Amino acid sequence: METQPVIVIKDLYKTFGENEVLKGINLSVNKGENLVILGRSGSGKSVTIKCLVGLVKADKGEIKIFDEEVSALNDDDLNNMRVNIGFMFQNGALYDSMSVRQNLKFALKHHTRNLAEPEIESKIMEALENVGLAESIDKMPSELSGGMKKRIALARAIIIKPKIILYDEPTSGLDTITSREISELILSVQEKYKASSIIITHDMACAKTTGNRILILNEGEITAEGSYEELEKSKDEWVHSFFI
Amino acid sequence: MTVYIKNIFEEAGDMTQFTLRFFKELLKPVFQWREFSRQCFAVGYKTLPLITITGFIMGLVLTIQSRPTLLKFGAESWLPSMVSLSLIREIAPVITALICAGKIASGIGAELGSMKVTEQIDAMEVSAVNPYKYLVVTRILATTLMVPLLVIYADFVGIYGGYIGYNIHGNMTLFRYFSDVLEHLEFLDLFPAIIKTFFFGFFIGLIGCYKGFNASNGTASVGIAANEAVVAASLSIFIIDMLAVQLTDLFF
Repeated sequence: METQPVIVIKDLYKTFGENEVLKGINLSVNKGENLVILGRSGSGKSVTIKCLVGLVKADKGEIKIFDEEVSALNDDDLNNMRVNIGFMFQNGALYDSMSVRQNLKFALKHHTRNLAEPEIESKIMEALENVGLAESIDKMPSELSGGMKKRIALARAIIIKPKIILYDEPTSGLDTITSREISELILSVQEKYKASSIIITHDMACAKTTGNRILILNEGEITAEGSYEELEKSKDEWVHSFFI
Repeated sequence: MTVYIKNIFEEAGDMTQFTLRFFKELLKPVFQWREFSRQCFAVGYKTLPLITITGFIMGLVLTIQSRPTLLKFGAESWLPSMVSLSLIREIAPVITALICAGKIASGIGAELGSMKVTEQIDAMEVSAVNPYKYLVVTRILATTLMVPLLVIYADFVGIYGGYIGYNIHGNMTLFRYFSDVLEHLEFLDLFPAIIKTFFFGFFIGLIGCYKGFNASNGTASVGIAANEAVVAASLSIFIIDMLAVQLTDLFF
């Protein structure tokens, strides 16, 4: 893993009404690194990664992706930057009026124009094979189980071969076995594509399997940082409570 | 009360911004032709059976209800022209638009609301697709184009319904009935009536998209978005109709 940072966040603040969600977040992700952000519900984990891709506008602070300040980008430049980022949403966020094939095709066609149909088809098959769901290509999202939806969402995120992948609660709502499969899948995808990732989770098994480094977020502030093993040994009661 | 008035002004401001953004995005390349044609099909073709039934019943009922009054004045022969003028100038545009408000505005409100709640709109944005251009522009244009076509279709079906209604107690050929209708129709009967339907279509699409796009999180908001879309779109149809009648009266 290289120590060249691809994502840098400095003093990030975000407030919704009177609720201060982020209170000066500082973090960086190196090239090829999997950074896990742990925290309880409502601690500001999802808001942090939504600020990264411009879905939520931060009140204050600096977000740099590949040395480009996100808040300074216009719509076109922001879209050009997003071409390098894959995002796996908490509930998959598959387009429910489209089949699996169309879901993947939609993401691909809008990211990379001028691709011939056979090339598109082979990329779709490759992404589906990577998540082990090639046989579901013509299914509708309503015909898929929770775990399958997450896998397809992952396939949609990786089909564009992104340099950064953001995972928002990839294992939430899944049984233990499927959660483990998804965590292993994240790891294999990271190894294959050499992408840098931020994984938002409160699933400790997922954090252990996927994370090179872990940050713990509490009420909008980072309270601990380190590897799984380091944090597991922490004397801090709050940090320790995650490992019980 | 103050909060209520403040909310109305805030919503009016948001709606104006939403409308201005529509025109801004409309002029930007690339236009989503495929999604636009899909929406035209959904709005136009899938509403056709409903419009056929209501259009036919409108003409039939209007003829049957008007006949006794006209008979009293010995003006039964005016029935085809009176029914067709009523249909073309007022009844068909308003009733068709109200049906579209019920079916299309609520459909768009619920669809976009559900996409918002399930983060599909966010997913689109992250995929470097402008969701406003892809979802909103195409839907508003589709309703603006399809509602006038549906109204023209409802005019024809309604007049045919009138012909059937006339022949329950009378005896007239279809050719003579339509000749009678066309003989009394003027350009000014058609032109303002058609023009206002473009506005009906525009506002049906605009309100449906606005309510759906601004649905708050939670599944209950999808139902609220659909419901508010129908109410606001129906109200806007009556307001546009009133303004159109006043303007027509003023200029023609």
